[in-house]
Amino acid sequence: MSTGEEKKMKKRIEFTLNGMKREIEVEPTDILLDVLRDRLGVKSPKYGCGRGDCGSCTIFLNGRSVRSCIILAVEADAADIQTLEGIPEEKLQHLQESFIGHSSFQCGFCTPGMVISAVELLEKTPHPSEEEVKESLAGNLCRCTGYTPIIDAVLDASKRG
Amino acid sequence: MEKVQMAILNDFEYYRPIDSDRLLNLLAEYKDRASLLAGGTDLIVQMEDGITAPDAVIDLKGIRQLRTLEFSNNRLFIGALVTFTDLIESAEIREQFPVFWESSRTVASVGIRNRATIVGNICSAVPSLDSGPPLLCLEAEVLVRSTNGQRTVPVDSWFLGPRKTALKDNEYVEGISIEMPLKRFGGSYVKLGRYRGEDLAQAGVGVYAFDEREYRIAFCALAPVPARAKKIESLLNGKEITDTLISEAIKLLPQEISPITDIRATKEYRMHVTGVMLERGLKAALSRRDGEGPEYSVSLM
Repeated sequence: MSTGEEKKMKKRIEFTLNGMKREIEVEPTDILLDVLRDRLGVKSPKYGCGRGDCGSCTIFLNGRSVRSCIILAVEADAADIQTLEGIPEEKLQHLQESFIGHSSFQCGFCTPGMVISAVELLEKTPHPSEEEVKESLAGNLCRCTGYTPIIDAVLDASKRG
Repeated sequence: MEKVQMAILNDFEYYRPIDSDRLLNLLAEYKDRASLLAGGTDLIVQMEDGITAPDAVIDLKGIRQLRTLEFSNNRLFIGALVTFTDLIESAEIREQFPVFWESSRTVASVGIRNRATIVGNICSAVPSLDSGPPLLCLEAEVLVRSTNGQRTVPVDSWFLGPRKTALKDNEYVEGISIEMPLKRFGGSYVKLGRYRGEDLAQAGVGVYAFDEREYRIAFCALAPVPARAKKIESLLNGKEITDTLISEAIKLLPQEISPITDIRATKEYRMHVTGVMLERGLKAALSRRDGEGPEYSVSLM
């Protein structure tokens, strides 16, 4: 992974990933997204822009949605991390059905980030307005669907929930 | 394995001190070769771009006291680790500092606001920072600590240039202190972006309209640093706001701002649209002061 000599100290970090304790040695330069995907096999967060602009790498860190492409892995020491894989079925069911019903994804690359942002919104605001849905998804880019079916799906899921 | 995505190419040591003394020792050791890390939403990108290549990254998140967000004795303290989401979710901020609340809601997106800090925003000091106008209008103070003790920097002398602040190598920011305005006021933060989510301001205007015809106005993204519009304020102070007076204020804009042409907008457009934003911002501030007008956070653009 690293380029050049490994002169700086590696760090052993420990965190909870989707309910399980994980321990791993990382370099200070390692990005959290890379560690999750390439070393721990968690594939729902995607590498999109790599600068926090597109939202495809979104995960929950200590209960809040964050961009894992602009977080160092060492920062996650002692943290509680949840990716889409670790979100309980009962929280996802309405959203999943609604996303399918509205054909809210084509390539699916943005979907994990969209769903995590939507889960966070619906936990804080169970019955959001369309404006609130748009605001909560504003940092998640989708290049296939044109957003409307995604916004419709979240609004629809909020009515089922 | 070929890696197409970006990575941080320079090696650094990572530290997470748990108190101020250890932090200050590290700063004394590394001086300008250290970068302080809070939310990291700017720093990590800068390291990946190679713009910043520190020998040490000092993570502040181990120091619990820096998480303080407190309102007491008419004074607000925002610790260095307080995120935009912390601020937005505070009922006291929403009630007592509605313009700051309004501007914070325009920063990037939820996923960034969950991580990015207000202190980080003023330390990154990009010209478009949304925290600039409300902090300048509120005459906030930046509390800075070094081994020599604490010093206070008024926010209007904090910004020295794009990405340059009054912070010295051996110092860190503990937080921002703001005195609650005593007079009744209404205000507004008007931001022009191209779309919602992640876009930086092309222009930002903060307005406070106090009782007794006192006004405070500040801009961001329209000059190398965010700044108060003192000439416009002097013109308006003591006067009732009329359409004629607003036109006179708009004529002063070329003396107050020096917008540039970049990927987001041309300087001519920025100059023109700032006049429109100033008018809307002033009118919204006045009507909000009198308990009318659009709710805070409703976009005026």
